[in-house]
Amino acid sequence: MEFSTGISRFLTKGTFVKTTRAVALGVSLLAGTSALVAPSLAMAEMVFNRGNGTEPGSLDPQISEDVNSSTILRDVFEGLTAEFTDGSLIPGQAESWTVSPDGLIYTFKIRSDAVWSNGDPVTAQDFVYSWQRGVNPTTGSEYSFLLYPLQNAQAIANGEEKDLSKLGVKALDDKTLEVQLEGPAPYFLGMLTHSVAYPVHKATVEAHGEAWTRPENMVSNGAFNLIEWTPQSRIVAVKSDSYWNKDSVKLDKVVYYPTESTTTELKRYRAGELDWTYEVPNDQISWIKENMGDEFHVSNYLGTYYYGFNLTKPPFNDPKLRKAFSLAIDRDILTSKIVTAGEVPAYAFVVPGVTAYDAVYADFKDQTQADRDAEALKLYEEAGYSKDKPLEIELRYNTNDNHKKIAIAISSMWKKVFGAKVNLVNEEFKVFLETRKQKEVTQAFRAGWIGDYNDPNTFLELWLSDSGLNDTGFNNPEFDSLLKQASLEQDAPKRKELLMKAEGIFLESNAVAPIYHYVTKRMVKPYVKGWQSNVMDHIRSQYITVEK
Amino acid sequence: MFSFILKRLAGAIPTLFIIITLAFFLIRTAPGGPFDKERTVPPEVQANLNAVYHLDKPLYEQYGHYLFNVIQGDFGPSFQYRDFSVTDLIGSGFPVSLTLGLTAIFFAITIGMSLGAIAALRQNSAIDYAVMATAMTGITIPNFVMAPLLTLVFGVYLGMLPVGGWGDGVSQAILPVVALALPQIAYIARLTRGSMIEVLRSNFVRTARAKGLPERVMLTRHAMKAAMLPVVSYLGPASAAIITGSVVVEQIFSIPGIGRYFVQGALNRDYTLVMGVVIFYGTLIIVFNLIVDIVYGMLDPKVRMG
Repeated sequence: MEFSTGISRFLTKGTFVKTTRAVALGVSLLAGTSALVAPSLAMAEMVFNRGNGTEPGSLDPQISEDVNSSTILRDVFEGLTAEFTDGSLIPGQAESWTVSPDGLIYTFKIRSDAVWSNGDPVTAQDFVYSWQRGVNPTTGSEYSFLLYPLQNAQAIANGEEKDLSKLGVKALDDKTLEVQLEGPAPYFLGMLTHSVAYPVHKATVEAHGEAWTRPENMVSNGAFNLIEWTPQSRIVAVKSDSYWNKDSVKLDKVVYYPTESTTTELKRYRAGELDWTYEVPNDQISWIKENMGDEFHVSNYLGTYYYGFNLTKPPFNDPKLRKAFSLAIDRDILTSKIVTAGEVPAYAFVVPGVTAYDAVYADFKDQTQADRDAEALKLYEEAGYSKDKPLEIELRYNTNDNHKKIAIAISSMWKKVFGAKVNLVNEEFKVFLETRKQKEVTQAFRAGWIGDYNDPNTFLELWLSDSGLNDTGFNNPEFDSLLKQASLEQDAPKRKELLMKAEGIFLESNAVAPIYHYVTKRMVKPYVKGWQSNVMDHIRSQYITVEK
Repeated sequence: MFSFILKRLAGAIPTLFIIITLAFFLIRTAPGGPFDKERTVPPEVQANLNAVYHLDKPLYEQYGHYLFNVIQGDFGPSFQYRDFSVTDLIGSGFPVSLTLGLTAIFFAITIGMSLGAIAALRQNSAIDYAVMATAMTGITIPNFVMAPLLTLVFGVYLGMLPVGGWGDGVSQAILPVVALALPQIAYIARLTRGSMIEVLRSNFVRTARAKGLPERVMLTRHAMKAAMLPVVSYLGPASAAIITGSVVVEQIFSIPGIGRYFVQGALNRDYTLVMGVVIFYGTLIIVFNLIVDIVYGMLDPKVRMG
């Protein structure tokens, strides 16, 4: 801009010859300086171009609820605890903590060098403010329920308790935070890595309202500081000078690219515009494996893809029938022919490998598929159906190519094994969720669950009889009571036993047919180093280096 | 002229009102709400969210509230992008969509009309057939096919142009503009050819030639002006087509325009965002049509405004 106005000024003032000389001089000067500056700049700037799925819903830690905002927030903010590359828990803003013998009181010591990006110290009062903000009904935080282990959190969230200061968190002094829990929650420390438990800078939030997360306003306490946010285009964060562990941070800059379409993301990766993709398009996996196999990374993820049955209405109120339908699904064929990235056949609901847990499997896990099919046919007939008098059901899924392929494959397995007539019904996502929740017309339906934190509880609590997520209508008092006991149990091995027993009961009911455990699948350029797959897929830019 | 514009603008108000009302109730008849996800929130949290966004009020009250705010220029907060108001989002996306759309229209008109004129002047020659065959292809290949093809060839295989993004230089705009303009170039070329052939056979052209007017002057000053009329009246639908086309093109090229908000907003039941974009597009199309009418009046002496 400057340059062109300069030229026009020359043109009006002087002669053409003068102008061209001046321009030529300017150009040669520019070329000279850029030749001097460019190599040193290239050496200094280490930039990581990170494909990041959809546009983040919010960069407000208490309001954010989607995976893609969380990725950015983990880089820009830090909670009391943090995670290492392998996902293991390490101290974050807290340098240490103690837990009372009954497991109900946690006392955190906040680092003396933990400061906000504007230089203010991070204090215990900041955490008190932020957690109160998280459960305050007027904030409208979707993840406020993660703070429910705190004393009075739920009462405040549902409006029974109006006094925010009743929340079980106190600042003993500027750097000491005391937390009072409702019951011992072994996953509490891990949960603190979730954004809802990050601190926010009170003065900034109060001064700017919803606009406090804009780069020009935001004050944060993590490894990177936000400097640009152009919706649907890119988000840029630069290394923070005030972060307590800044020496561990190698990157100068992270650029997050929201790309709605995985096909577009892959193209931008292939064209060298991205170093890292959030996902890969399912229909191109075999091509990728063949042509770019070295850059394709697949790893286990904390999630289960499953079919649920509506237990509140015939025909699936019959446990025999549910078991027949689950048995007849050939998971090996599905994971080798339909979803081919490396998904793991599922015989459990809680993903095997979750911390503090030993996997519990459905009893038919070790049978051959032929035996399963034979048993399925027997159970189907016991339930009162046969080849001559087939059962006709509807299988519902939300409109999506992948879901469709799986539904077609599974319905043909059901048809082949016992001759059930399956009508496939696809609905747009929100419509589908609504029908599923009502439990009126649904019979069998697709579903998926990603754990919120690394603990069996996040999988099992779905199936409590009063859970809003329980779209099967599974209702078992023994299951409810085991989960309740587990939530009060302080002894880790005993808690594990209780949870395992609960999952056993749940699997035996066949309220759901687990199909496969999710994997994360992405493209990563070979020069991106310092990262490691982990089951939560929490990959912090903090540890990453780009060595082109 | 001035009273004509005023009258047309006043006439637009009831149209917009009907658009707002229809859109408001239509989007709410779709099952599911903005906060329904695979991960359902506990009922008390859902209630808090509804209260924060006034979704707990009866529908007529929400409608009144919305109308009242819109009149004051406030489109409300976005449910999906919770750090932004709808006005913020449209404000940041519109300059991008506008640049993209206007550039595409500009190329569509200049290239389309030139090609059409050339084809008409060389009627039934090889050039004519080539232009018309290309135009036919341009019309029949939808931009959701053309755009990925272009990125694959020029971005991935040849590595000449960026395959996505916006704001880092002109090169990023080339492929999306081409994808968006191609079908319009094709339409305009066909329209121009058709009307040009007709004009060249008309009496006033024969008279001009008979007077001994140089062919160049006759073409530019008389024939072209008359031949432009159908093209001008096509610009209204063309701008609408560019807008709907940009919804697809912006998605494919990761361009931060408002087209993407329309699609995402509808899928996410982001009521306020969808409403905002609908009102915005509605206004835009009304304004475009008005401009077309004015230009038409200037070109065609048979049409008088007043």
